Amino acid sequence: MKTKTVLAAVLLATTAMTGASAETLRWARAGDSLTLDPHAQNEGPTHTLAHQIYEPLIIRDHSGAFQAALATDWAPKEGDPNVWVFNLRQGVTYHDGSDFNSEDVVFSITRAKSENSAMKELLTSITEVRAVDDHTVEFVTDGPNPILPANLTNLFMMDKTWTEANNASAVQDIAGGETTFASTNTNGTGAFTMVSREPDVKTVLTANEAYWGKDEFPLDVTEIVYTPIQNAATRVAALLSGEVDFIQDVPVQDLGRVGDTAGLVVKTAPQNRVIFFGMNMGDEDIGNDNVEGKNPLADVRVRQAMSKAINRDAIKKVVMREQSQPAGMIAPPFVNGWNEAMDASSSTDVEAAKALMADAGYADGFSIQLDCPNDRYVNDEAICQAAVGMLAQIGVTVNLDAKPKAQHFPLIQNDETDFYMLGWGVPTYDSEYIFNFLVHTRGEERGSWNGTGYSNTDLDAKIVSLSSETDLEARNATINEIWQVVQDEQLYIPIHHQVLNWGMTEKVVTEVSPEDDPKIKFFEMN
Amino acid sequence: MLAYIIRRVAQSVLVLLVVGLVAFAMFRFVGDPIDNMLGQERTMEDIERLRENLGLDQPFIVQYYKFLGNAVQGNFGLSYRQGRPVADILMERLPATLELAFVSGLLALLGGIALGIFTAIRRRGVSANMIMTVSLIGVSLPTFLIGILLIYVFSVELGWLPSFGRGQVVDLGGWTTGFLTKSGIQALVLPAITLGLYQMTLIMRLVRTEMLEVLRMDYIRFARARGIKERAINFRHALKNTLVPVITITGLQLGSIIAFAIITETVFQWPGVGLLFINAVQFVDIPVMAAYLMMISVMFVGINLIVDMLYFAIDPRLRVDRGSGGGH
Repeated sequence: MKTKTVLAAVLLATTAMTGASAETLRWARAGDSLTLDPHAQNEGPTHTLAHQIYEPLIIRDHSGAFQAALATDWAPKEGDPNVWVFNLRQGVTYHDGSDFNSEDVVFSITRAKSENSAMKELLTSITEVRAVDDHTVEFVTDGPNPILPANLTNLFMMDKTWTEANNASAVQDIAGGETTFASTNTNGTGAFTMVSREPDVKTVLTANEAYWGKDEFPLDVTEIVYTPIQNAATRVAALLSGEVDFIQDVPVQDLGRVGDTAGLVVKTAPQNRVIFFGMNMGDEDIGNDNVEGKNPLADVRVRQAMSKAINRDAIKKVVMREQSQPAGMIAPPFVNGWNEAMDASSSTDVEAAKALMADAGYADGFSIQLDCPNDRYVNDEAICQAAVGMLAQIGVTVNLDAKPKAQHFPLIQNDETDFYMLGWGVPTYDSEYIFNFLVHTRGEERGSWNGTGYSNTDLDAKIVSLSSETDLEARNATINEIWQVVQDEQLYIPIHHQVLNWGMTEKVVTEVSPEDDPKIKFFEMN
Repeated sequence: MLAYIIRRVAQSVLVLLVVGLVAFAMFRFVGDPIDNMLGQERTMEDIERLRENLGLDQPFIVQYYKFLGNAVQGNFGLSYRQGRPVADILMERLPATLELAFVSGLLALLGGIALGIFTAIRRRGVSANMIMTVSLIGVSLPTFLIGILLIYVFSVELGWLPSFGRGQVVDLGGWTTGFLTKSGIQALVLPAITLGLYQMTLIMRLVRTEMLEVLRMDYIRFARARGIKERAINFRHALKNTLVPVITITGLQLGSIIAFAIITETVFQWPGVGLLFINAVQFVDIPVMAAYLMMISVMFVGINLIVDMLYFAIDPRLRVDRGSGGGH
């Protein structure tokens, strides 16, 4: 009896302390953050956790639009197109109480540009970052860079003093066998502070009382308990049984189950990720087909025929259970350069496809191997299986080889596949990013994900020109020209835009962010 | 006895070395860790640099040799995935797996022996036959399915027990335990049943068969004829003589409980070494995979060694055999 009274008193006391509005969000998704060092990994779940604790100069809200974070405004410098000026927010403090100022921005950008940083590729155009005064910073680029702000939305600011005092100025070098303080400790300016963390098990965050944005964001959630649950069935069970409030990845086969359960809601939105097939068109002859001395994929008619053979609506209906948007171009709809007509251009026409095959001299078809991941995209292997049947209709006999992503992606990287599946997200929301990685001739700086062997010097020159074209209208015109070539050449066979499904209890109110990176400060709790 | 132990230990070390060699030879087929370690914006130059720094461009024999060199000094390297020392991660995760294995092992052993004796003594009884039929399910249903079924019934429908995780754990200086909190014990129930069910039915069937055999022996008949109480015959004489194979199987199964906790841990998001290993395989986290495989093989080899020695203690015939120079 006595213990019970004490317990009740303690409980009352804790409730009183945290206030009536205390709301815990129990949140689960398949993966966990890989490190707390904000510059050591460029990867979804890692950035998502970092976004709760650290902040970049600019963020994207849940609609994908820019929003001022640690910078209040930014613009190219008058009279010097090679310089961007960022005015920093005043009165921002880190979790340890120290002030945020321009010195930290210079430090963080320099750190993120260092050799071990995973973020450095987004910052290659920056040649210098200088502090003009305590709250103004100038970014000098190697030429005018109109889309620089878009590269900074996952670039988190660290406190120079804290980082240096803890010997964490260098980004962790795993190969060097070292661990750093910053990979297991945090000191950000974000809306939440770290309470405890066991990697892959549980991370607890609590609201930052001194957060600058207290009046700007809903901030209904006062505590976050984040638990990765890998097994999809278990994750759904945890939501159904009320053990978690919010899961980020509801498998398509369980959408009905979750949506029909009283008290649960599924929210769906297009994701910033497009799924497509790539084809090796560059080689004279390819190894994985049955055609000797020739490469059927080098013929644009064959590529067009293959695209026409794919029935995207059937994939949407049968494989994806309506959870996809058929695509006609390999840009997600949020991206600058996307246009509706092109994205609607894919059509299924088996007769026309057969005619194209006959024109190209492959009336009897050919056989080829399709390499496909089986643990990367939503129903990736099933999409490939569906494609096998569809391509068989025009005589293309496909041997499907589905593998885990760790084995699949090296094939593309090492030019060991002639026909492959790939998905692509565009963090900068600009077509240039797609062209740089997927369209430009493969080389040292660009084209690292272009496994097609496609090389077009005129097009390469246009792609390179995008990075320094300041006249946005002219730039968009060039983007459109490049897309036209990509479409005409049928460089890739677009399949669909992936759709995100977030499952939550009724008390959680949020929109789905296209980046799949919920920023909990935007969440409202009923 | 001493020579026997030394010989067995030498064999064990050889087994370990071979396991490591095979493991390293296979890692290349798991995939390429570089791709997981660098983001999608990485350049070819980054890839080459990291591959060289990690020594992945070297033949697997060289990688294995380096691993062994560091491992004997207690250094298992850094996890590619978490960037923390592998030894630390394993030590963090091991208590979860060992507690789960202990509880399910205990469940399997006690439940298995009790049910085995029961079904042997009442072998024509209705309830014994029902238990035998039900045990078929335990043997033939895959672990993950049992786990999902249990979650569905006890977490989703009834809401009695948690579907994932370890609940609240208490840190006892480097060892986290779930035994001391209510949520910790609740969280143990479903995974322990899932993991132990197969072993329990196995032990039960084994005990039953052995018991039936022993009960037919002459000395049991004589014991009966002498009017010794049924209870004493069953438990003192018959049971004792069925235990040698049961100990062998239990020992070996204890190893597999720990090793095959992988599936149960994945279904229940149980934060043990099995889940760690699955993550490592998906990420191609070579240091973690290597350390885990070595740890498991040390455990298997160790358990076998102990079981062999227990034979000595239990079965006097083995000692006589050895003494007379007989082989196997």
